[in-house]
Amino acid sequence: MSLMPHPVAGRFGDFGGRYVPESLIPACAAVADAFTEAWADKTFRDELDNLLAVYAGRPTPLTPALNLGAQLGIALWLKREDLAHTGSHKINNVLGQALLARRMGRTRLIAETGAGQHGVATATAAALLGLSATVYMGTRDIERQRLNVHRMEMLGATVVPVTSGSRTLKDATNEAMRAWVADTDRAHFLLGSVGGPHPYPWMVREFQRVIGAEARRQASFTPDVVVACVGGGSNAAGTFAGFVDTPARLVGVEAAGGAAMSSGAPGVVHGARSMVLQDAEGQVAEAESIAAGLDYPGIGPEHAHLGAIGRAEYRTATDDEVVAAVGRLARTEGIICAFESAHAVAWVLRAAGTPDLPTGSAVVLTLSGRGDKDMR
Amino acid sequence: MNLLPGVARGRKALVPYLTGGITADWTDYLHAFEAAGADAIEIGLPFSDPMLDGVTIQQASDHALARGATVASILADLAATRVGVPLVVMTYANLVVRAGPAAFCARLAEAGVSGLLVSDMPVDEVAEVEQAAADAGLALILLVAPVTTDERLAEIARRARGYLYAISVMGTTGERATLAGSAATLAARAKAVTDLPVLVGFGISGPAQAAEAGQVADGVVVGAALMRRILDGATPGELGVDLAAMRAALD
Ligand SMILES: Cc1ncc(COP(=O)(O)O)c(C=O)c1O
Repeated sequence: MSLMPHPVAGRFGDFGGRYVPESLIPACAAVADAFTEAWADKTFRDELDNLLAVYAGRPTPLTPALNLGAQLGIALWLKREDLAHTGSHKINNVLGQALLARRMGRTRLIAETGAGQHGVATATAAALLGLSATVYMGTRDIERQRLNVHRMEMLGATVVPVTSGSRTLKDATNEAMRAWVADTDRAHFLLGSVGGPHPYPWMVREFQRVIGAEARRQASFTPDVVVACVGGGSNAAGTFAGFVDTPARLVGVEAAGGAAMSSGAPGVVHGARSMVLQDAEGQVAEAESIAAGLDYPGIGPEHAHLGAIGRAEYRTATDDEVVAAVGRLARTEGIICAFESAHAVAWVLRAAGTPDLPTGSAVVLTLSGRGDKDMR
Repeated sequence: MNLLPGVARGRKALVPYLTGGITADWTDYLHAFEAAGADAIEIGLPFSDPMLDGVTIQQASDHALARGATVASILADLAATRVGVPLVVMTYANLVVRAGPAAFCARLAEAGVSGLLVSDMPVDEVAEVEQAAADAGLALILLVAPVTTDERLAEIARRARGYLYAISVMGTTGERATLAGSAATLAARAKAVTDLPVLVGFGISGPAQAAEAGQVADGVVVGAALMRRILDGATPGELGVDLAAMRAALD
């Protein structure tokens, strides 16, 4: 049996579940039923696969990073989600959920966004499928990811500034869930990562599985290490799903200032039991990262489980390492990646040639997005 | 565990909500509420991420946390206060999970609390807390919503203790100009399947709405309307007057 199976009652070992107010239970159950049915329906799968191909530009390439690899003494391959339409892996999940929302008769998408990539993808799918989109975004993120705010508005979405708490992704997620409670008949909550109540962690992983499945097919070798950055963990979950049943080590890299796996404790936030950065009484801590998409105190429950059973390992990268990694990748390979994605690069730069990533290793690294949004 | 004995005698229950630690002298509000005719009082343990709360109770929670209120300080304040009506703690799952359900419930009981309501712990996830609450002698209050199916309503009514809390409207807590039509429908559905008192909450903002809800339900929970007044500086005496007006409307 796969280590990343269909979860029973939304549980991944001790983690997951559906910790939402009673008002949201029927809506979550409706999403779970609709997804279960759609995922088993060839027509739905074909429609999604077709959109991923003719609209989103899949499959994305697996690029050998020959220059950087040679410098580091490893074989390094980049799974190029930065080349997907809208500039990140977020489009994979968004197209899936937007098709599902339309199938469920919903007319409105509600989303949270940190870096704005998920918001842009949601605005894009809404435009394509004739749905309306409301995107909640912390004011701190609006300031630092302004390009993506302009893109969302150009695409016809409404961006709602969130001023509560740390004014980042955590607070935007609270606000999106509040908006959903008040409009469950018309709206689909289009969550952007593998957190949240069941079925989101499972559903979003399945929609992102295409990353790992393609990379596995494209790789002419068996990687020793598969690495991806982790905010909520969707690009990592999708990548890992393609390699979980191989001997490859799976490594997720969190922001040092948002390291739920290294510095958190079990808790419940945004609908799932998982690892959470928090104080001794359970007040959720405010994360702090240069990468708005990783500036989040939680992590998807399946990652908490994969970490607990030792199948995946979680590391961190600091803001300084990340900035250096963006520059190094740009100058050696001609690829400007997002701050989020650069966490995975930063770990490879630090670990290569050490026992953590020995010389000669074959590495598949998911480059989750492109860096235009971070140019200031 | 009968938290609201008056209901059996035909009295409509009035249950005000208060964010713990909202002011330095916050327990004075408890005395004012009791004097104004509260049958029980819900104490909110403030949480950093209150996703079921609208802007008023978010502000109240932030305010209390910014003042330095903690679970420990709020429970210590409660333990040092004599209140003649049952106290129910209302909070979010993470505070319970962090402490561990058994330890958390034991601490509430030690502080003199009689009931617990965890907003984001639906009946499907509540088993461990249900056991811990029972062991500590706390009534575990559960929520029902307008969208709750008949099957779930029956299950929730079977598992709830103390009273059944009917969320009047699909949305977050907060003041509303009128009582949603969904409130009466839900209260009637709930009354049909349980002998527990059924209270209507969310958006009860004044005497008229309290009276209207009291027509179908066994009582009301009033939260955001009171918290708005406290955030605007109202004293315990002034809130006592507000609450007494709701008491009169219910009677
Ligand atoms: C480019 C990019 N990578 C990664 C992430 C983090 O999300 P996840 O961990 O779900 O892949 C984001 C989120 O905004 C992003 O924009």
